[in-house]
Amino acid sequence: MRMLINVPETVVADGLRGLAAAHPGLNVDVENRVVVRGDAPVAGKVGLVSGGGSGHEPLHGGFVGAGMLSAACPGEVFTSPVPDQMARAAAAVDSGAGVLFVVKNYTGDVLNFDMAQELAEDEGVQVAKVLVNDDVAVQDSLYTAGRRGTGATLFVEKIAGAAAEEGAPLERVEAVARRVNEGSRSFGVALSAVTTPAKGTPTFDLPSGELELGIGIHGEPGRERRPMMTSREIADFAVNAVLEDLQPSSPVLALVNGMGATPLLELYGFNAEVHRVLAERGVPVARTLVGNYVTSLDMAGCSVTLCEADEEILRLWDAPVETPALRWGR
Amino acid sequence: MLDADFFLRWMNALADAVDREAGRLTELDAAIGDADHGTNLQRGFTAVRAALEKDAPDTPGAVLMLTGRQLISTVGGASGPLYGTLLRRAGKALGEEAEVSRAQLAEALRAGIAAVAQLGGAKAGDKTMLDALEPAAAALDESFAAAREAADEGAAATVPMLARKGRASYLGERSIGHQDPGATSSALLVGALEEAAR
Repeated sequence: MRMLINVPETVVADGLRGLAAAHPGLNVDVENRVVVRGDAPVAGKVGLVSGGGSGHEPLHGGFVGAGMLSAACPGEVFTSPVPDQMARAAAAVDSGAGVLFVVKNYTGDVLNFDMAQELAEDEGVQVAKVLVNDDVAVQDSLYTAGRRGTGATLFVEKIAGAAAEEGAPLERVEAVARRVNEGSRSFGVALSAVTTPAKGTPTFDLPSGELELGIGIHGEPGRERRPMMTSREIADFAVNAVLEDLQPSSPVLALVNGMGATPLLELYGFNAEVHRVLAERGVPVARTLVGNYVTSLDMAGCSVTLCEADEEILRLWDAPVETPALRWGR
Repeated sequence: MLDADFFLRWMNALADAVDREAGRLTELDAAIGDADHGTNLQRGFTAVRAALEKDAPDTPGAVLMLTGRQLISTVGGASGPLYGTLLRRAGKALGEEAEVSRAQLAEALRAGIAAVAQLGGAKAGDKTMLDALEPAAAALDESFAAAREAADEGAAATVPMLARKGRASYLGERSIGHQDPGATSSALLVGALEEAAR
């Protein structure tokens, strides 16, 4: 194991201390594991709180700031945060206008956010919740824990964040968040397994010359394993898997996301293939984002997320945002 | 009859077992989950040990309630709320009695198990902790040893199962052939009961 760490036990705390040092505009509580935008609570504004296991950086701490999240709760590596963190975050960002929890659909995240909602409501904070479940690789979702939340989380956080920044009330922020999730689908591919600091060895054995199709973001194996494919073939497979489930009635937002260890040169090349398939399928692309946004530690690979973007969603997407990892228009 | 000391011995024996088996639990989790089950439980039970030492509760119910609360506040993931709920609900069912019978403990565990099933939406056969806990709670009416055996058998029986809940469910058919980490840690919980009774 060669990692830029001290000891596995302090990886999350060390990362948070570094985040704080790089972004003085954030209020980082290292001990309680809560990242809050420096000017919270903003009077009259709905608070947006998300969180999940660490190891997906910049998600979620990197998306805290004006126009996006009010606070983020990082858990241990690949482990959801605990209810105390989320309740604390909710209290820190609530201006009286209520708080929206953005929750990725994983059993641990769902259970802990449910408990946090109870705690926050006991303290008089009005809480709504939206569940992100965009991963089409999970097919028989009636018989499993349901579709995972992956890349669409970024779309939900950006667009609902913009609505909140405009002063929309809680029910409207919740409604737009739900609409973004319902119009979004993702598919991911792994070219290598992931090594968590605590375990120190790859979580699964992926021989060179093979890839995993249909992965999530926790280093879990995917839907099937195949001999290595070209970027062109992977784009065909991934985009078609998404479009099997989503027939966009408007232009789409496209996210070509790196899983952490794939260089931007490859991601841009893959993006070219994604645009080619979408053009062949007659799906216009309104905006494209390429980069490492919802990662899985040192995993190589990528995911594609498409989101139907009507005029309102497009306007909210283009609205100014100022966070460590996403910023434009200000 | 079982007093608060017995319950403290139980929780400490469980913390020891988790320390001992953390590596194996994480290995099992790496196969079908996300490789953190042992690490997470170890973090939780380290906090439990400290809390019980600092302020030892004086009833069986209070020992389980405090343990459950600590797990919820420190473990995260699915195992924090699930184990936390199991023990908190069982503790609540025991009420404020200073001593309880093994039958009362079995009854309380069944209440905790029902709460876990409701929270996670799982049932026996879904390849979860319930596959070890349900048979163990049934056998507890007979003896601690019978409960431990039933839990171990229940955990082993998850190997050929198809996971329906939790992270492993995403693997579908590929989850078959691996023992469920949650059922394995549940067997540790029941095994620690037998140790505390010695």
